[in-house]
Amino acid sequence: MEQEETGFAVKKGLAEMLKGGVIMDVVTADQAKIAEDAGAVAVMALERVPADIRAAGGIARMSDPELIIQIMDAVSIPVMAKCRIGHFVEAQILESLGVDYIDESEVLTPADESYHINKHNFKVPFVCGCRNLGEALRRIGEGAAMMRTKGEPGTGDVVEAVRHARSVYGDIRHLQSLPEEEVMTFAKNIQAPYEICMQVRELGKLPVVNFAAGGIATPADAALMMQLGVDGIFVGSGIFKSGDPAKRAQAIVKATTHFREPAILAEVSRNLGEAMVGRSASSLPEEERMAGRGW
Amino acid sequence: MKIGVLALQGDFREHRISLEKLEADVSEVRLPEHLEGLSGLIIPGGESTAIGKLMVAYGLLDAIREFGKTKAIWGTCAGAILLAKNVGKKQPLLELMDITIQRNAFGRQIDSFEIDLPVPFLKPSHPDYHLTFIRGPIITEVHGKAKPLLSLPDGRIIAAQQGKLLATSFHPELTDDLRFHRYFLELASSESVN
Repeated sequence: MEQEETGFAVKKGLAEMLKGGVIMDVVTADQAKIAEDAGAVAVMALERVPADIRAAGGIARMSDPELIIQIMDAVSIPVMAKCRIGHFVEAQILESLGVDYIDESEVLTPADESYHINKHNFKVPFVCGCRNLGEALRRIGEGAAMMRTKGEPGTGDVVEAVRHARSVYGDIRHLQSLPEEEVMTFAKNIQAPYEICMQVRELGKLPVVNFAAGGIATPADAALMMQLGVDGIFVGSGIFKSGDPAKRAQAIVKATTHFREPAILAEVSRNLGEAMVGRSASSLPEEERMAGRGW
Repeated sequence: MKIGVLALQGDFREHRISLEKLEADVSEVRLPEHLEGLSGLIIPGGESTAIGKLMVAYGLLDAIREFGKTKAIWGTCAGAILLAKNVGKKQPLLELMDITIQRNAFGRQIDSFEIDLPVPFLKPSHPDYHLTFIRGPIITEVHGKAKPLLSLPDGRIIAAQQGKLLATSFHPELTDDLRFHRYFLELASSESVN
């Protein structure tokens, strides 16, 4: 296998430690504490959750550093923050704050319509979204140390997260079945780096951790994604847009650990109060879809 | 000899793979009944607060505390934190080892690092062992029945042992080097008293 760049093991290693866990979107230090107390493995510090970004419209940018610092001071678990696709200066600012992971995210308005950030240039690790294997391997080629399916953020509709996870894992299974001479054409067809395709074929999985994101609102949604093969769960609007955030957060944490135990899933799903209202991903007009952002 | 890996959260798969390479009989532990028949347990890297809360929720805190009175337990990073008596912060702990731990002692993720160090008690003792620290803890105090096992060149303690209980700040499961896992298997089959 190729020699990895210096420090990449440490970048990707933090994501390994987050596996089997839930990363929660929070917009205040108080919410961050609720998430930590519920058993979150990390929090994503944001000014607005995706559902509110949709509602507000306009341009969504990196959060105020003051808010991110308050959240970093409030909890002992890792803190992630989002920058716009291609906005490497927002990433430089987040790195200087000492955030533990940067999400180059389609939830924010893209800053560059052709190029993503060269993530090899940073010491802080990056997580990026993907809809299919080609997109995942392009991001890994740029230096992403963790992936997540994009889903359709802020909808509470899990259908797109399922579509993206099935697509990634289906393509991996297909790639594994190919004889070596067909891999170059496969790489060309999915627009992915050949060397990383070869690596995936050998490993039978992505070379970095892959979480599910975008539309997960219930313990059953989290367990569904885990059974489809993801390594862990991001919950954005699903927790703090629901009736009883602390209870729902704990339930999703338990469901992510015990994802193969229907009796436990039934127990944790009882009396959770209102789930986020949600809207179906297929009802969104093209210009409101976030998953299509990124190239 | 059967070894369990606590599979609530974290990099338990990597421990499982390392143990399987050594042809150990491995099972995953998510509920107290899964501890039955085990000679040893590994608590993996992960988030100690998340693992601790899940242990409390499913009765594993008491069950593992009981298990650890006589059996072998190895905690890596988050696992080491959970084995400690004191971490200077209120969170669920097993309190099995006479050690005090400082969490995130090196700083945040950008301060995570790798280092090659000689580890004389491993077999074979050469070459140096590749140690990976990810938001890692430091063992600040070792007292009672616990003994320091390994330190950084600056003297900070990064591994301790108390009978068949082993705590390491770093992640042998992230390397292909099986010497630490072999050390733990020998510990689990030994007659040491915790």
